[in-house]
Amino acid sequence: MKHLLSAGDLDRDQAITILDTAAELAALTDRSVKKLPTLRGRTVVNLFFEDSTRTRISFEVAAKRLSADVINFAAKGSSVSKGESLKDTALTLEAMGADAVVIRHNLSGAPHRLATAGWIGGSVVNAGDGTHEHPTQALLDAFTMRKHLRDGTGDLEGVRVGIVGDVLHSRVARSNVLLLRTLGAQVTLVAPPTLLPLGVETWPCDVSYDIDSVLPRLDAIMMLRVQGERMHDAYFPSALEYSRLYGLDSARMSTLPDHAVILHPGPMNRGMEISADVADSPRALMVEQVANGVSVRMAVLYLLLGGMKEND
Amino acid sequence: MPIVLRGARPYGEDAADIVIADGLIVEIAPVGSASGEVIDCEGLVALPGFVDLHTHLREPGREDAETVESGSRAAALGGYTCVHAMANTSPVADTAGVVEQVWRLGERTGLVDVRPVGAVTVGLAGERMAEIGAMANSEAQVRVFSDDGKCVHDAALMRRALEYVKAFDGVVAQHAQEPRLTENAQMNEGILSGQLGLTGWPAVAEEAIIARDVLLAQHVDSRLHVCHVSTAGSVEVIRWAKSRGVNVTAEVCPHHLILTEDLVASYDPIYKVNPPLRTAADIEALRGALGDGTIDAIATDHAPHPHEDKDCEWGAAAFGMLGLETAFSIAMKTMIEPGLLDWRGLADRMSVAPARIGRVREQGHELAVGSIANIALVDPSATRVISSDRLASKSRNTPYASMELPGAVVHVLYGGNLTVRDGALA
Repeated sequence: MKHLLSAGDLDRDQAITILDTAAELAALTDRSVKKLPTLRGRTVVNLFFEDSTRTRISFEVAAKRLSADVINFAAKGSSVSKGESLKDTALTLEAMGADAVVIRHNLSGAPHRLATAGWIGGSVVNAGDGTHEHPTQALLDAFTMRKHLRDGTGDLEGVRVGIVGDVLHSRVARSNVLLLRTLGAQVTLVAPPTLLPLGVETWPCDVSYDIDSVLPRLDAIMMLRVQGERMHDAYFPSALEYSRLYGLDSARMSTLPDHAVILHPGPMNRGMEISADVADSPRALMVEQVANGVSVRMAVLYLLLGGMKEND
Repeated sequence: MPIVLRGARPYGEDAADIVIADGLIVEIAPVGSASGEVIDCEGLVALPGFVDLHTHLREPGREDAETVESGSRAAALGGYTCVHAMANTSPVADTAGVVEQVWRLGERTGLVDVRPVGAVTVGLAGERMAEIGAMANSEAQVRVFSDDGKCVHDAALMRRALEYVKAFDGVVAQHAQEPRLTENAQMNEGILSGQLGLTGWPAVAEEAIIARDVLLAQHVDSRLHVCHVSTAGSVEVIRWAKSRGVNVTAEVCPHHLILTEDLVASYDPIYKVNPPLRTAADIEALRGALGDGTIDAIATDHAPHPHEDKDCEWGAAAFGMLGLETAFSIAMKTMIEPGLLDWRGLADRMSVAPARIGRVREQGHELAVGSIANIALVDPSATRVISSDRLASKSRNTPYASMELPGAVVHVLYGGNLTVRDGALA
């Protein structure tokens, strides 16, 4: 496979190969000298049209640990704001000999366009596009769940995952639903009806409006960031009401099974979708998610640039 | 010397010699009996020249995308003898001065009858009425008024506009799009929009405005035309309104008769259009409605855009696709071939009805002795592969590139003069 645009592009074997590779790379870099020579001489461009410190740094660290040359290209404003067009930026990167372009864009489908419009020849990795997808986030979430809920190998068959919050605007939710399904997990989306996309009933998951009925049977719960400003567009009446109905606080956390873990893609709105004591509890794996993100992104870059065979 | 269209088949019926002199059809004679400048029309179907109610010629303001001249060439090659030039130019066609400028550019080019559409509101801003009377009484004699691209969403303003145009036998052509329901909308709202993460343009945003407007038109007893109907629900509302005697007409675009939203999964902005591509069920309803006359006319919504406005991300791209040079072929493929319309029916939907709606007296005539010779001669047995590089339009944004389509426009007469001969500008 050449690009990673959607979590839905991965079949079960490919997904597990990425997770297994990430586990191996994590073990190798868990030492004082963290660098591997694997991608020496290869160029990875981080093309970020949207502010994102954590994802950009994660990809940067991942590429550097594989000894790739890393170029950070923070494009202030896309063609929407009359800056340089995506096409011209892509042609520039192509001329510089980029082997892989990691792209974060505020518009859905921009990575797909970059990969298919014929502007560049290298690999494209979707680092989050609009309200579409964020496949490496889904991979790092799956990696984290596999480590805690399985023995760190194989798939996630039978694991019950709740994803709570602004599904409508969430690229993390879309990628997670697709990947978790591929890995055999059972996903339940929880949100007020206004924050669920039309047609969600056709997605390969369950849907609930009631978090309390879902919590007791979960193995993992993933809280999505909810922007307080959404209430101005009438998605919900107030931040307080949202927090009361869908926020994860200590009382709700206590209704989770003892083994259940808590994830959040970050950045968190403490007091909105997650209370501070939940965020700081030992069951919350946010810090570990960040570390796993580096391993998973190393695996993705390694497999895309080092060659991952198509499954026939 | 008279022109003889030898062996043409009017409306696909028996072949005849159609004789043209002084801009008129002067004789319809047995094949081989007439003399003059003979044009071989054996096997060709003769139809009244097509009339487009919905064309963006982009002049003044965006001459990089299209001009009255280039758009007229595209129209003629598509079999058209009349186009209605939409008002969303820069400056907006909201004064007698601008509509007369567009009208004169059309006259100077002389390939088709260019009928400017006047804006309903000043600057298309939806706040106060434009000088509709001045435009109606100008040399351009505007009869169709539209804020196309924007919806006249203020109900009171729409009511007043519907009333006001009555004084000029005008019509308000509404771009039915409830603005609040379609903020930042990118594609049809449905399962696919949810998967692609593109903001949805729900069918109800069109249907709710049409429902309101047909009731307003009934209330003030005026004439309403609905632009580019795109959903099955809109068809039902219009059918209901017509059954109640409301004076409403409607148009459908060729692309809404053939292309579905599934194409959006490519994120290729060539498929980005407003209203958006819908579902197969919508297509079926639209074809049926065009066949039974619930929808009166095919209108292209020909919307040229410079290449850079399509060679980009979906969300950054402009809405719209070319239509003039492919409309006949799409109509043939979607309506004639399945038997939903015969040639007379097609002549009605592409010429007679739009001419009537736009009150264009010189167009949409019966192919009969005494009529003005606006005639399209088409070859129903031809097929062609569409190439965006071989279009007369200044822009290339056709969604049909490399598709094989049936039918070809071979000759066109506008006011008795050949504008197109053997598929090329005469």
